[in-house]
Amino acid sequence: MATQSANRAIPAPKEDPTTKPFWDAAREGKFLIGLCKDTGKHFWYPRGCSPFTLSNNIEMVEAKGTGTIYSFSVMRTKEPHAVAYVELDEGPRMFTNIVDCDLDALKIGQKVKLVFKPTEEGAAPVPMFTPA
Amino acid sequence: MSINGQAYLVGAFEHPTRKAEKQSVAQLHAEVAYGALQDAGLSKDDVDGFFCTGAAPGLGPINMADYMGLTKLRHVDSTDMGGCSYVMHVGHAAQAIKEGRCNVALITLAGRPRAEGMATGTVPRSWAPNIPDDPFEIPMGRTVVNSYGMVAMRHMHEFGTTSEQLAWIKVAASTHAQYNPHAMLQKVVTVEEVVNSPMVSDPLHRLDCCVISDGGGALIVAKPEIAKSLNRPLVKVLGCAEATKNQAGGGIDLSYSAVRQSGAAAFAEAKVKPTDIQYASIYDSFTITVLMQLEDLGFCKKGEGGKFVMDGNLISGVGRLPFNTDGGGLCNNHPANRGGMTKVIEAVRQLRGEAHPKVQVPGCKLALANGVGGLLGHRHGGATLIMERE
Repeated sequence: MATQSANRAIPAPKEDPTTKPFWDAAREGKFLIGLCKDTGKHFWYPRGCSPFTLSNNIEMVEAKGTGTIYSFSVMRTKEPHAVAYVELDEGPRMFTNIVDCDLDALKIGQKVKLVFKPTEEGAAPVPMFTPA
Repeated sequence: MSINGQAYLVGAFEHPTRKAEKQSVAQLHAEVAYGALQDAGLSKDDVDGFFCTGAAPGLGPINMADYMGLTKLRHVDSTDMGGCSYVMHVGHAAQAIKEGRCNVALITLAGRPRAEGMATGTVPRSWAPNIPDDPFEIPMGRTVVNSYGMVAMRHMHEFGTTSEQLAWIKVAASTHAQYNPHAMLQKVVTVEEVVNSPMVSDPLHRLDCCVISDGGGALIVAKPEIAKSLNRPLVKVLGCAEATKNQAGGGIDLSYSAVRQSGAAAFAEAKVKPTDIQYASIYDSFTITVLMQLEDLGFCKKGEGGKFVMDGNLISGVGRLPFNTDGGGLCNNHPANRGGMTKVIEAVRQLRGEAHPKVQVPGCKLALANGVGGLLGHRHGGATLIMERE
């Protein structure tokens, strides 16, 4: 059995002043994640404070865009697609999609790599993953 | 600072409708409030504390208090933690009563997602404007069912839990629902029927998911002197606690829930153990939700929920832990997409000896109601309530 992932229309992410740098970088094909400079730990999702210390001693840094599937679930709709948590090689587990693949072959622990997917209304692309 | 023994559940009412084509949401609030007051033997003007959530129409408690003519209020609380709010509200009401801020607290829930044709669990939705996680999750197609699906998938991976084991939870709920004339789904189902029902979001099948229903419910919590003046069985609040759990900046661990914390705190306050509990109402938005709570409450060890629920262990008269004897959210009712209210109501019925005779736990003295609100796989709340028949 094989279920090819659908190329569904992806709703535009709503930008705000705090996350604008993330979306600007995404438009240039760069994948940024947060770095807490107090602890040296990376975080997800992008925000204006460290979720570890609440300070604003943070910066957005480019991530490698590689990781492994921590968990996933395939929505069996007319446009089948997989939501997942991917554990980035930098550490954080991020909620995303696994795309351009056979959804029935997905496995926890599988290596994946980043792919930006365009969104509706010509908005910024969103970070998704595909089997490495 | 304990609430143990400081308040009693004196009224409980579940709206009989499951599809409210003739009532507004506000009117449903009024009908469940009236029903619970009748049940308690109290009247509207006895109510001086009012509890609701963001699901109630209006600004916090203000518009519903207006609609229902609640003019004696001196304490209000519209803290919203999703479906488990109403479990938590019993604890908040007991705290307020203990402090003398009110004597008679009314808690209401109502909604009509079914009449409104809402795709509750399968369509991405935002709760409100300006939520910071939405831009990183709505485009990804985050839904209720796939959030819980990822939890189930991880549980299977870490602990070897199977779809057949999860199915036993639905089988138990359906076994109870056959005796509830108001239940949406009254047919008893088998493990095979559950695992062969259409896949919605791996590994959750359609029959792993709760119903979408209209209606609601209400509870009345009162101070001991008032409770003892009423002609109803006494249901005492022994302990109640709440907790939240989230993604922790990327450190999310799907193997446990906020209930690990709320359960431990509630048991400590109640001064009882999981093995003492004779009946448990466990929020069953999905079968995995039940499994997670049973483990986190300590009814079994972490990872052993699958074995615990097998072979009818949750069926009244058959297993060790009778659960959701009204049929639960899986078969009976999940009004307004919020299951905490009906969990408390069925626990009160059990403690009063007013459950259906086919599912009544003989001599039920100690019961628990537990809820999970929000998205188990993203960010959620948990609430645990322990009650005793005096």
